Amino acid sequence: MAKVIVDVMPKPEILDPQGKAVTSALKRLGFDGFSVRQGKRFEIDVDGELTPERLDQIGRAADTLLANTVIENFDVRVEQ
Amino acid sequence: MNAAATPDTPQPWAELGLKEDEYARIRQLLGRRPTSCELAMYSVMWSEHCSYKSSKLQLKRFAELGKQTPRGPLLAGIGEQAGVVDIGDGWAVTFKVESHNHPSYVEPYQGAATGVGGIVRDILAMGARPVACMDSLRFGPLDAPDTARVLPGIVAGVGGYGNCLGLPNIGGETVFHPSYLGNPLVNALCVGVLRHEDLHLAFATGEGNKVVLYGAATGGDGIGGASILASETFDADGPAKRPSVQVGDPFMEKLLIECTLELFAAGVVIGIQDLGAAGISCATSELASAGDGGMRVNLDLVPLRDPTLTPEEILMSESQERMAAVVAPENVERFMEICAKWDVQASVIGEVTDGDRLVIDWRGERVVDVDPRTVAHDGPVYDRPSERPEWIDALNAASAAALARPASGEDLRETLLRVVASPNQADKSWVTDQYDRYVRGNTVLAQPEDAGVLRIDEGSGLGIALATDCNARFAMLDPFLGAQLALCEAYRNVAATGAEPVAITDCLNFGSPEDPSVMWQFERAVSGLIEGCKALGTPVTGGNVSFYNRTGEENILPTPLVGMMGVIDDVADRIPMGFAAAGDGIWLLGPDADEAALSGSVWAEAVHGHLGGRPPQPDFALEKALAGLLQTASKTRLLTSAHDLSDGGLAQALAESCLRRGLGAGVELPGDAFVALFAETPGRMLVSADPSNAEALEALCRAAAVPCRRLGAVTEAPELEIQGQFALPLDELRQRWSATIPAAL
Repeated sequence: MAKVIVDVMPKPEILDPQGKAVTSALKRLGFDGFSVRQGKRFEIDVDGELTPERLDQIGRAADTLLANTVIENFDVRVEQ
Repeated sequence: MNAAATPDTPQPWAELGLKEDEYARIRQLLGRRPTSCELAMYSVMWSEHCSYKSSKLQLKRFAELGKQTPRGPLLAGIGEQAGVVDIGDGWAVTFKVESHNHPSYVEPYQGAATGVGGIVRDILAMGARPVACMDSLRFGPLDAPDTARVLPGIVAGVGGYGNCLGLPNIGGETVFHPSYLGNPLVNALCVGVLRHEDLHLAFATGEGNKVVLYGAATGGDGIGGASILASETFDADGPAKRPSVQVGDPFMEKLLIECTLELFAAGVVIGIQDLGAAGISCATSELASAGDGGMRVNLDLVPLRDPTLTPEEILMSESQERMAAVVAPENVERFMEICAKWDVQASVIGEVTDGDRLVIDWRGERVVDVDPRTVAHDGPVYDRPSERPEWIDALNAASAAALARPASGEDLRETLLRVVASPNQADKSWVTDQYDRYVRGNTVLAQPEDAGVLRIDEGSGLGIALATDCNARFAMLDPFLGAQLALCEAYRNVAATGAEPVAITDCLNFGSPEDPSVMWQFERAVSGLIEGCKALGTPVTGGNVSFYNRTGEENILPTPLVGMMGVIDDVADRIPMGFAAAGDGIWLLGPDADEAALSGSVWAEAVHGHLGGRPPQPDFALEKALAGLLQTASKTRLLTSAHDLSDGGLAQALAESCLRRGLGAGVELPGDAFVALFAETPGRMLVSADPSNAEALEALCRAAAVPCRRLGAVTEAPELEIQGQFALPLDELRQRWSATIPAAL
């Protein structure tokens, strides 16, 4: 069974309040010099063979549901 | 300056939304071509949204209303960031409603959330503590696929931001109509409280005083147009397309609220302004032009979230949760300490100068050198052509008189169910349950009551009541009367709680001002509001105009929303909307239903999909008499409930009054039962009282010259009985009323 990963990240110029909160929490805990942006990762198990059509389908699913493309970018890759 | 040496460099003024003559005027004002930063500033400050260029001539007429409320003069009126009303005992209240329509269509959650954030900062900038919100929302048809995207996002955004701030959401509306399908309306209202002596107005004065930017860092939020400048000026390939979506951070805003209130309390602030639309462009030019000097700003000192931002983008960025303050040099240290305590970033970005210029530098270069008044106040003013549309006569002629009516008691029963289950009349708890209504512990009444009521003074019980209303169907039939009916409805909703209505804020949502028929609707609505406010004695404290609300060529129904504020001396005396005890008598205050008031009614829409005829005529003297009567009845605890009659007429009012606490009612209707139930004659309330108070109530009505008719009694039996027509179990009524919205989403 193939596994496909979809990474979703807030677009670089969009404010990321969660990432900002993590950044300042890290700083408070002594982890200096880190700047964090927080996204999400989807792991998708695909039934049967992973054809280019199936991969394309996942791209469309990501575009429709997994990412809010007004404020987020996404990246689809096959896990080796 | 390079701009003076290169007068012929082509500039993208059209892409920035400027008209050719506006660009020519900028060149004339400056005596040279603008720099790209100046062009950015002028273009955004002269936009419809910031300059009110199409509405200014009409809005000026609100000034003739003066500043007198039934409780004394306004402490601040139109032109300030929000109006301020004296409510007595040294307390003042500031409130304002603003639209965030277009952003909420593009990205519903963030659009609605930042709409709440923006209005909260307006209130904060007056020196007030924000204490509650209300949201008036309008969507396309409930069953349209896009409504299923837009509505949940907007509601979650309003709730997410407001709940995180710890602000109760105490009222508002949710309305559906096809004209809002590609253009939902999000009108957010915020109310704040302050002591008289804490009032702060926004201006920059005193040479040498520092300009401090504090709050969130500046990023690439909300800069649609500036990317055009950036790509032309700095990079032939163009930067990544910048988004125009702002993302809100309510936790930052909460810090900003507490920090700002402490800055005010510490007395270290001379002038303050929130950063909303047009960001630093707006804050610097408005602060400077409201003061008596000039201002010098260094953009290199602005904390950036994204270091690649160009100066044009920095000037235009609409990053949220930012404020600008003017601070005396000796207070800057204390100012910074307070900001540090609240974890709020703050930077001195400039100072007040003795000249009359606003100059802005970036990386050693002078990028702006303008008279700030030309940016903030001397924008274009358009006397747009307006013309009464021809179609209005046909629309007014198509009254509801010809529509088929229910023929039997059984038909009448089914008609009532269809009306209360129609999307506009159905239970809205799916929406309002997502909002925190009682946080802060001062909410006395909240949705679904007629008005939200808040306690302001815990000692005396002094409080306020707030309601927002607009029946846009009436405004479509006649914008003058529609605006007045919205005003009357908001007035009556506030009055129903026992509060005295004192002042309004308005949010005038219309289609394209370039369409003469829309301009006509707008002018008529403004005229209607002015006359109505005069008659009721309630001045306009401020508000907002939103134009270009349309999908393709179809303009929205004219939607002149009115937010009414009232004062109640002791919130313990407030009157709730629901029937309270079995055995209480039920009265209808105000005139009997008039058959003509079926035109534009919910019945016509819900049953026949019909909108036509003429709206009913408002009666201001009656509204005032009714409000006075309710105030007396509230102070003497005469009534156990009061609910205003508006959309859906008596049928809706009876259903809601029964369902509120699950008590039944048996009533006998005067005249034609159908007309009595569904006509929407204004100036009426449904009230209940202990039978022992019957004579006192009827005497009070006689004294106030308000017609009064006893309809029946509240019953233990859980059913709504219309004598001689039908009996409807409350379970069935509740099931139909509450199923509509959850079923569609």
